[in-house]
Amino acid sequence: MRFPKTVVLPVIWLLLTNAAHAARIGDLTETSITEQALRFFTFSDPSLRLALLGCILLGLNCGLLGGFVVVRRMSLVGDTLSHAVLPGVALGFLWNHTKDPLAILIGATLVGCLSMLTVSAITRTTRLKEDAAMGLVLSSFYAIGICLIGMIQRLPSGNKSGIDKFLFGQAAAMNGHDITLMAVTSGLTLLFVTFGYRGLLTLSFHRAFGESLGLPMGFLHHAMMLLISFAVVTAMQAVGVVLVSAMLIIPPATACLLTDRLHRVLILSAIIGIATAVFGAFFSFLGSNLPTGPFMVLAGSLVFTMTFLFSPKQGWLTRLWRQQTQKCRIERENTLKAMYHLAERYGFREEGITLLELANTRREPLEQIRQRSDDLIRQKLATLTEDGSMLHFTPEGWRKASAIVRNHRLWELYLTNIMQYGADHVHDDAEKIEHVLGEDTVRQLERRLDFPQTDPHGKAIPGARDIHAAIAKPNLGKPTGY
Amino acid sequence: MNPPALELHDLTVSYAKKPVLYGVDVQVPQGALVGIIGPNGAGKSTMIRAIMGLTPLSGGWVRIFGESFEKNRQRVGYVPQREQVDWDFPVNVMDVVLMGRYGRRGWLRRVTKEDKKIAEESLDKVGMLPFRNRQIANLSGGQQQRVFLARALAQQSDLYLMDEPFAGVDATTERAIMTLLQDLQSQGKTILVVHHDLTTAKEYFDHLLLLNMRLIAFGKTQDAFTVEQLQKTYGGRLTILSDVAAKAAKGEAMP
Repeated sequence: MRFPKTVVLPVIWLLLTNAAHAARIGDLTETSITEQALRFFTFSDPSLRLALLGCILLGLNCGLLGGFVVVRRMSLVGDTLSHAVLPGVALGFLWNHTKDPLAILIGATLVGCLSMLTVSAITRTTRLKEDAAMGLVLSSFYAIGICLIGMIQRLPSGNKSGIDKFLFGQAAAMNGHDITLMAVTSGLTLLFVTFGYRGLLTLSFHRAFGESLGLPMGFLHHAMMLLISFAVVTAMQAVGVVLVSAMLIIPPATACLLTDRLHRVLILSAIIGIATAVFGAFFSFLGSNLPTGPFMVLAGSLVFTMTFLFSPKQGWLTRLWRQQTQKCRIERENTLKAMYHLAERYGFREEGITLLELANTRREPLEQIRQRSDDLIRQKLATLTEDGSMLHFTPEGWRKASAIVRNHRLWELYLTNIMQYGADHVHDDAEKIEHVLGEDTVRQLERRLDFPQTDPHGKAIPGARDIHAAIAKPNLGKPTGY
Repeated sequence: MNPPALELHDLTVSYAKKPVLYGVDVQVPQGALVGIIGPNGAGKSTMIRAIMGLTPLSGGWVRIFGESFEKNRQRVGYVPQREQVDWDFPVNVMDVVLMGRYGRRGWLRRVTKEDKKIAEESLDKVGMLPFRNRQIANLSGGQQQRVFLARALAQQSDLYLMDEPFAGVDATTERAIMTLLQDLQSQGKTILVVHHDLTTAKEYFDHLLLLNMRLIAFGKTQDAFTVEQLQKTYGGRLTILSDVAAKAAKGEAMP
């Protein structure tokens, strides 16, 4: 995914405009944000109503189609298409020297098709791969478009207003005709995706299989490409030619982090697309009609970043948090195990375990052992005597400690007896495995080992009965030295 | 008399003008379990793809149960190579197997309860029913292969074309797949399997198709699996043919 550009460009633009329109940003103070938000979101202001409607439509359209673009690994195709249609926009404008949405749509679609044909011609006749061909076509067509737009702006005649909005996007510049066209193309997309879902799923997952079934794969593919170019062209006025591909990529990329079924990806992507577009437009409106595109992309990037960090399944911070919790649990279990070993050494007669002994066993400074014992007390696994020197198991703490020791010793026994490891090779492995063995696996191990009493080092294995019999002496053979 | 399950006549396929399959003539009788054997680049996968029209023919024709493929495509099930798809794609096992039903229902129709039942039965036959809601990225290679098999079973076809179903699977899965194929054969289905392992070919299949850019031999395993035929298939006797092919591709004159 190519976020650097979509992030860097808005930042540059912000720097430029902040300098140029510093006075306008001051306008913000005149009305409160809540008032502005009310005016924007309640559809009460007729001029804003169109912009809001347009943003909803474009978010829906780009979100749905973008879902397929991302899962089919065609992100670069979306980017190429969005840049390459610019000459078509200019030609559509030149057709009758006004901003006629239909002429622009037709011009842009034709040039978009031409760009894709050029890409496939290059890949078919040379050794160049698709990425190089697309990079080439993208930049060349875009350069032509920029030149044409520069020419149009210098033309003496005609109504040139609006053509510059195609570069960075201005949602407020959309008129009724633009919105109608947007509604029609979004409606087509919605119908196409709803009724063609199974065909499109097959096309995206496994085109050759779809062809073997006789599904119209070629038709679906080309129809989708056509709809993508419609979406790009109609969204362009609001988002701008440079950043419109971000609307095809960011919402579905975010959705892919959140779910792993295609239909959910599509629905989420449409929702995120709409939210991104609307909030982008709102923030640009707050800043007295700054270009909309960068704000939409920034809103999208923000959503993506939050998802990347906090998504419940794969979020970076979520995973970090999970690892940390796991680490704490393992440390806690190790302290409990050390307490068990000490209790075992004294034949389970001693009343409690002193912190000093525990520090010696775990080879840690007393200060750290105090922290560990505090943690055990917080988790209600142990209690501390009033003078703060001795730890006692709570029933739950005893249960956990015996279970860990049992896991450890069963696993050692399994490795030596069944897997034929040497008795001196198994301790380190068991140190890790003891924390992850589930209750079912433990039962299986016991059955497989025929309910053993002692581990390979001759120590008693606490049985299920000992674990559940609160703090009791396990009635087993004499423990030997460690 | 029954028409052959698959009849190829003078099947010729070229990639970028370079022929990769020359004039293959085969008649596969119904109910045969056929192993397609040949060295790398012999055109085995190409032949499978050409039968289903996934690769354009440059000559010859294909008949499925006496009719064209287009007419009888519902009777053909396809197990492609695993590498053909992106296994990180956001679908679960059931979604993939249900794709096998789209050919019968058409892609505009909704999936019915019956489709789901057939898909579940197919998953059960390959021992993958407990994995029905598993995301496909979390499957092992052998499990992925069995998902593709289940999808083909859900097609409920009479002729199965399988492209290396044994590639990269462990011995247990290989045996399970083989049992499944024999089971299908006993139901009267015809199965063509692209196979790489010469050591098991004789034991697995009752017919063999030896291929190396052209048909070397086709027949009952005991007739086709001979030292002479295998030498022809794997030996270097086709160098002249491939030289000519390379020249033809470059547009040079034939010697």
